[in-house]
Amino acid sequence: MITVENLSKRYGNTTVVDGVSLTVERNSITAIVGTSGSGKSTLLRMINRLVEPSSGRVLIDGRDTRDEPAYLLRRHIGYVIQGNGLFPHRTVAENIATVPRLLGWEARRIEARVAELLEVFALDPASYAHALPHQLSGGQQQRVGVARALAAEPMVLLMDEPFGALDPIIRAKAQDDLLDIQRRFGMTVVLVTHDMDEAFRLGTQVAVMSGGRLLQYDRPAVLLTQPADPFVARMTGLADRAMRLLSLVTAGEAALPGTCDGPAVPPTATLREVLSELLWRGADSARVVDAEGRVRGQLTVGAILARGRP
Amino acid sequence: MPRAVTVLRLAALALLVGFLVTPQSFAPLFAPLTQYGAPPIYDQGNLLTLALAQLATVCLAAVASSIVAVALGILVTRPSGAQFLPLSRTLVNIGQTFPPVAVLAVAVPLVGFGEKPTLIALFAYGLLPIFENTLVGLRTCPPAVLEAASGMGMSARQRLLSVELPLAMPLILEGIRLSLVINVGTATIGSTVAAKGLGEVIIAGLLSSNTAFILQGGLLTGLMAILLYDGLATLERRLLRPVTLD
Repeated sequence: MITVENLSKRYGNTTVVDGVSLTVERNSITAIVGTSGSGKSTLLRMINRLVEPSSGRVLIDGRDTRDEPAYLLRRHIGYVIQGNGLFPHRTVAENIATVPRLLGWEARRIEARVAELLEVFALDPASYAHALPHQLSGGQQQRVGVARALAAEPMVLLMDEPFGALDPIIRAKAQDDLLDIQRRFGMTVVLVTHDMDEAFRLGTQVAVMSGGRLLQYDRPAVLLTQPADPFVARMTGLADRAMRLLSLVTAGEAALPGTCDGPAVPPTATLREVLSELLWRGADSARVVDAEGRVRGQLTVGAILARGRP
Repeated sequence: MPRAVTVLRLAALALLVGFLVTPQSFAPLFAPLTQYGAPPIYDQGNLLTLALAQLATVCLAAVASSIVAVALGILVTRPSGAQFLPLSRTLVNIGQTFPPVAVLAVAVPLVGFGEKPTLIALFAYGLLPIFENTLVGLRTCPPAVLEAASGMGMSARQRLLSVELPLAMPLILEGIRLSLVINVGTATIGSTVAAKGLGEVIIAGLLSSNTAFILQGGLLTGLMAILLYDGLATLERRLLRPVTLD
């Protein structure tokens, strides 16, 4: 659990982050969104003390982050940045081994962990372990960046625009991977993005920042239905808020008992996707069918539309 | 193409070694340049000994300037040392703009004749390329890489040693190479203050109007400089991993 208490950062007369307080639950993903200059990156960087706060404090699992030297603190916090920042003179395996080496792990343990992570991130050790970063594609570099951040099994992972440099298709894949990995390793993720869709897709909780202040911090659905501020409403998108709301619910969650002869959709599809499918096919209802072929229920257009209202 | 280069290299090396070991076999080549029966090949000292002495002086000076210039470069790129940048730059620039001959003139009354004044002149003259290249190398490390290094939990020292210096190394080595080559040529003036070197041959030629002496002193020095530069560049390519900064 990360507790941010009244955190501020001032450079001279300019206040970049202004009295932000928030609590990030364990094993969750919090997305911080805001326009550029909103202070979202600075807030993130104050958690691992790459930026020292002017006032306020940060507690991780109850411990003040100022209790140990900043560089020692950072060895227990994963950190991923836009553009990855992989060490260009070190191989993929050496890059991933960075923090375990700093922590003085045994060679055998490091080797095993690197092998495990290469497998998790779908990088064949035979072809990639000894490759240099510039020999990898953008998507692979990004994965190595995340693998490196997770190498020492941190409980907290900070990500600063991690997918900003990826093209849309690879970005969607990287976002799915992050959700999988978060479920698998169960760490607490704090992610900064300027992309509201990304925040809604990944965030258990979303924090909206503007001008250094935290405007609202809540579940995505609440941000849509009860925006605390006109700015939050603008950020979340007034024109397509109903569609956004639909994209937060999966077919499996919304399925009603019974069946019909409409098109089959997987339970993991969002209502937005189901609605689009029904529009495309000119059908009134869909069957929710899981991977084993069992019918889990049905969805009518009316039921879907009802979910798009606040 | 690479084969032609290799052949050229080996030919230059063979020429240099051959000339240093058996200078008399080149006598017929230089004889037409002499007048009144003057010796065509320098005969007041062993050419090999002179060449080695010059190389030793140059290398010693290069080690000293490398240590000082790299240390200065590191110092002024740290936040705590940034204020020394203008001062360091001025000092290093003076070392380069002050003619080595003038340095010799100033140094001789202080440290006497021989190798010492030459070492001082070469040391001062060789600082600039190493310092400037170290500076560029350290400053052009990609900011994302540095941020990642700090974010991973490297201390300032670990970051310098395991990220910044390795990334700056190709440029630093290039600076050292440049400084060495410049000084192989510059070292010949050391012979005016009795430092051992091939400059002795050139000066002897100038004093006795013996073009053959002047030419062989210059030729040997030039060959040494070219081969040294080339050899170091090859060594670098072998030792350093190819690094692409994007």
